[in-house]
Amino acid sequence: MILDGKCPTGPIEKTWDKHRFDMKLVSPANKRKYKILVVGTGLAGASAAASLGELGYNVESFCYQDSPRRAHSIAAQGGINAAKNYPNDSDSIYRLFYDTVKGGDFRSRETDVWRLAQVSNNIIDQCVAQGVPFARDYGGYLDNRSFGGAQVSRTFFARGQTGQQLLLGAYSALSRQIKAGTVTMFPRTEMLDLVVVDGEAKGITIRDLVTGEIRVHVGDAVLLCTGGYVNVFYLSTNAMGCSVTAIWKAYKKGAFFANPCYTQIHPTCIPQAGDYQSKLTLMSESLRNDGRIWVPKNKGDKRPPNEISEEDRDYYLERKYPSFGNLAPRDIASRAAKEQCDDGRGVGPGERGVYLDFRDSIARLGEETIRERYGNLFEMYERITDENGYKVPMRIYPAPHYVMGGLWVDYNLMSNIPGLFVLGEANFSVHGANRLGASALMQGLADGYFIVPYTVAHYLTQTKPGKTASDHSECRKSIEEVKDSTKKLLSINGRRTVTELMHELGTLMWNNVGMARSKEGLTECIMKIPAIREEFWGNLRVTGNGGEINQQLENAGRTADFLEFAELLCRDALHRNESCGGHFRVEYQFEDGEAKRDDKNFCYSAAWEFKGVDSEPELHKEPLEFKEVKLAVRSYK
Amino acid sequence: MSGQNEHKTMTLKLIVWRQKGPNEPGRFETLTARNITEHHSFLEMLDVVNEDLIREGKEPIVFDHDCREGICGVCSQVINGLAHGGQERTTVCQLHMRKFKDGDTIYIEPWRARAFPILKDLMVDRGALDTIIQAGGYISTHTGGAPDGNAIPIPKPDAEYSMDAAECIGCGACVAACPNGAAMLFTGAKVAQLAALPQGQVEAKERALAMIKAMQECGFGNCTNHYECQAACPKDIHVKFIARLNREYLRVLFG
Repeated sequence: MILDGKCPTGPIEKTWDKHRFDMKLVSPANKRKYKILVVGTGLAGASAAASLGELGYNVESFCYQDSPRRAHSIAAQGGINAAKNYPNDSDSIYRLFYDTVKGGDFRSRETDVWRLAQVSNNIIDQCVAQGVPFARDYGGYLDNRSFGGAQVSRTFFARGQTGQQLLLGAYSALSRQIKAGTVTMFPRTEMLDLVVVDGEAKGITIRDLVTGEIRVHVGDAVLLCTGGYVNVFYLSTNAMGCSVTAIWKAYKKGAFFANPCYTQIHPTCIPQAGDYQSKLTLMSESLRNDGRIWVPKNKGDKRPPNEISEEDRDYYLERKYPSFGNLAPRDIASRAAKEQCDDGRGVGPGERGVYLDFRDSIARLGEETIRERYGNLFEMYERITDENGYKVPMRIYPAPHYVMGGLWVDYNLMSNIPGLFVLGEANFSVHGANRLGASALMQGLADGYFIVPYTVAHYLTQTKPGKTASDHSECRKSIEEVKDSTKKLLSINGRRTVTELMHELGTLMWNNVGMARSKEGLTECIMKIPAIREEFWGNLRVTGNGGEINQQLENAGRTADFLEFAELLCRDALHRNESCGGHFRVEYQFEDGEAKRDDKNFCYSAAWEFKGVDSEPELHKEPLEFKEVKLAVRSYK
Repeated sequence: MSGQNEHKTMTLKLIVWRQKGPNEPGRFETLTARNITEHHSFLEMLDVVNEDLIREGKEPIVFDHDCREGICGVCSQVINGLAHGGQERTTVCQLHMRKFKDGDTIYIEPWRARAFPILKDLMVDRGALDTIIQAGGYISTHTGGAPDGNAIPIPKPDAEYSMDAAECIGCGACVAACPNGAAMLFTGAKVAQLAALPQGQVEAKERALAMIKAMQECGFGNCTNHYECQAACPKDIHVKFIARLNREYLRVLFG
């Protein structure tokens, strides 16, 4: 099937405005008759639930955490992009659009990216009005910093906690609607199935994580704002509870999964220290503004970094990419670090690390300025490594961080299942094959505040409110299925723990599907994953029962879904015989090691349709057209 | 990502609070943590203990954790009598085992406060903090229609003061550390963050009043100047924000 994103046509700068006018509206008096279910309370979910509640819809909001304020958007450090051009460095909506399309390695939709760039400025205004304390200069005006993949300063920030401040802004708007009674909040609640009635999304089946109760919530539309699946690598910068579960359940009910192989490995994370490790910690990319990345020129040079003289250091990013230097985009910086380590010049334990050195900027600006800019990051680094980054260069290594892939959506952010909308990291729409820094926060809030409130109305005008009753046969069936699978997990009574099996899957995935992929590695994974799945369902041990708080049971459910999903990720990576953005196939590279795209054969989004756990999924293609930004080799040299 | 296991290991005696449910009696249980290195985080040490328990067919210790990088605010344990374990500006998840030594005995308990019922083992219900925010911890702006972000310049010191308060992660350590179980540092930080900004001034009085009322109704105590809250706060939220809360409250009463 050739998929149609239903993108508006005509001059790009008019597309969103025209589309907004063309969409139908729900009258104020009718809005309260519709119930909208919003799953997830990160930037996308909280902003959507708050905005829809404020418009007068009847909203139910769900999160697995104990409070909506804890969704993982809170951990984003560096900043949020907007095309304000406050620094007068020639930024514009068009330039943000251009940078994002190019940064995504020409694998995103132009119209969607344009809209994102267009509403970026409204986001900053909205957040300021909410009381988000963005950094300001001495004149009292908003301050900006630079980020990877751009030559202008367009990133707004709140110290090293921009995600936290933006999320608390959205959370405050959500709290206000909870108080007003337009939004009902269900914390410690996990979505375990999507209810589809006559082809439309009409409800979700959830498990109350405190009482263990499994029940259905019905509504007129369902919004999945459930984040990404990069925990498929076991170790990542994501929170422990982040999973593919919500979107995987939707996929199994017919929603197409697009570009699962587009995963982002972040270049500046603290290297792994041991096998017991449960997560990897990110250090904001903003550090690359003032830190210089290098490795020893000579293989096996074991001297302490400060004893290695200037001529024995290789500032490889500055050497290879002189015009962007240390601010090369994430995919490129990550791959370059791996290359140095593979080449035997890595540093630290296991030699999987490169130096991020502040010596020169401390000499130029003084330690105080560096402390002011990044103090919390230096502190965090010291707590984890017991090393002082002001005195000794930090050690960093790439780590799984974000996913560009997700459920397929059309221009209205609606999946191929009518009534099912997907927002934020959970969808696939704007970042193509690589996301630029400070663009995730922008997308989450764009989707939630300024896009879905309009597009969901357009869908609702075509459906009667309250069409599905909670005792509908599909609801009862869904509850039974969820109960059965919970019972099954609890009754295997084998010898392996959930963590062991997830670790096994993650290690396999990281080694073969991480920063570099090959036909052999991917084929091997596709063969080995079903065996881990079999081991899981045959030899898993989950203690306790389902009618109480049971964190193992929660993890077991998420792991079961990762064990199915991982195979899809591999299949997508195997079918895409090209390298683009975060997807690097060793067979497809230029002589200098840069990614080699194949626009003739792969200039499309790959959307996969579920055909059964042990059957191959079916591929649908959505061709991508580039009318504004000319397809070109993406160069940062 | 191959790790290396050449570190010296520690064995620790853990005395952990175990409680089946909110209405069940709780008790201390003694457990042993083996093969712990200085690079384990405190929660990774508990992961090791839990894996052992599961393999023995026993129920693992239930504790809240998620981001494991000190920002989501969900981890919440009293370690040897100190909320978050006593290392300055550090949440439990960021506390590392190099702060302990081989053979140590470690007491691990949940947050204890009237407003935070224990759900299971070390997990508590902090919904009351959400209730305080819902009472007025926001600026009543609508989505859309906000003026340009630079329309109202905000003096840098005011923006910094506001950010100092806004860094609160809502973990509730301030409540757990307070002999009165007060949430005044938490509430004061939000009131101060918004009151310091011109856009937050409009509703400042109503906000302070509503949040204080919610705080009292939720069963939190009041401040009697112990300053335990600031000492326990992993984000270094200053008690001056409690003073600000009191000032804002007085403005309501007499202003």
